[in-house]
Amino acid sequence: MSEIIFSCNALTKKYGKNTALDSLSFELGRGSIVGLLGPNGSGKTTLMKIANGLLQPTEGEIKIKGMPVGTGTKSIVSYLPDCMSLPEWMRIRELVKFYCDFYADFSAQKAEEMLGNLGLESETRFKTLSKGNKEKVQLILTMSRNAELYLLDEPMGGVDPATRDYILDTIIAGYSENSTVVISTHLIADVEKILDTVLFIDKGRIVRSDSVDNIRSNEGKSVDALFREVFRC
Amino acid sequence: MKWNFDNNMPIYSQIIEQIKLFISSGDIGAGERLPSVRELATDAGVNPNTMQRALSELEGTGLIFSDKTRGRFVTEDAELIARARRELAQKSISGFLNYMHSLGCTKEEIFSLIKDCEGDDDNE
Repeated sequence: MSEIIFSCNALTKKYGKNTALDSLSFELGRGSIVGLLGPNGSGKTTLMKIANGLLQPTEGEIKIKGMPVGTGTKSIVSYLPDCMSLPEWMRIRELVKFYCDFYADFSAQKAEEMLGNLGLESETRFKTLSKGNKEKVQLILTMSRNAELYLLDEPMGGVDPATRDYILDTIIAGYSENSTVVISTHLIADVEKILDTVLFIDKGRIVRSDSVDNIRSNEGKSVDALFREVFRC
Repeated sequence: MKWNFDNNMPIYSQIIEQIKLFISSGDIGAGERLPSVRELATDAGVNPNTMQRALSELEGTGLIFSDKTRGRFVTEDAELIARARRELAQKSISGFLNYMHSLGCTKEEIFSLIKDCEGDDDNE
């Protein structure tokens, strides 16, 4: 594998009696788009939050490019949280400025270009946008950083199929060969074409990890079909 | 270019087949420059790494070649393109024949059915 950009070592997170992550260990190399796939409550968001320092693990650790999670890793990780995190009162123009101020690797030009393609006015206030447009703006800002690792938590939750396609195009356009993108989702049919590898996560453990094309040629079915089989209720 | 993917088959082999089809049908002409990996990947809605892998494999067949500075081009070798076209046709026909055989059609029956279809075309 190429240089390790993300590693998880015996990572455990307990919320009281509930175990969200159960001694999770895996590594991700540079230059791939990875799908973190699992049913609701499997630990996807918990993992993302620990990787961004929003939660502390009960045991074990995450290292990003060999560094423990902290200021150093935040400068190379671009994170899309699973909820709206932007100041609602800001205008789009101000949001771009806001990201410029926070992140040295942010490309205002890239963001403005993509926002322009969407036909959004830079004077529009964020809170007046539809849910789908809010998600698009947040994703555009996230992907306009030239980060080494993108952690996208449910980038397509609650948007229509056409918008999902737009979001996938934005992810492909923002991705570069030496960065790694991790997408957590349960909308597998929509994302599987753009993934290199998939990690199936269940009850805080990795239950399967393989490349999309391996799964398709070995199983003779799509990742979506395999997922439905593995996680049948 | 119009891409069609079957969700149950590896994406990488499907990309190869479809680029062969684009070249065989003349959608991308002999000697023509291919769009960049990123453009092709966005157009097809697939991972750029997968597109890259498929293009490298196609380079191995000689159907496309890459020039260090100018990008990737379709071969000018008409014989090579004709062969790729023939292979695609043969593959499609063998799938068709398998299906017809499973229906229990004999060779003669198949030929006569094809003749009937051709007749229909003439009437249009």
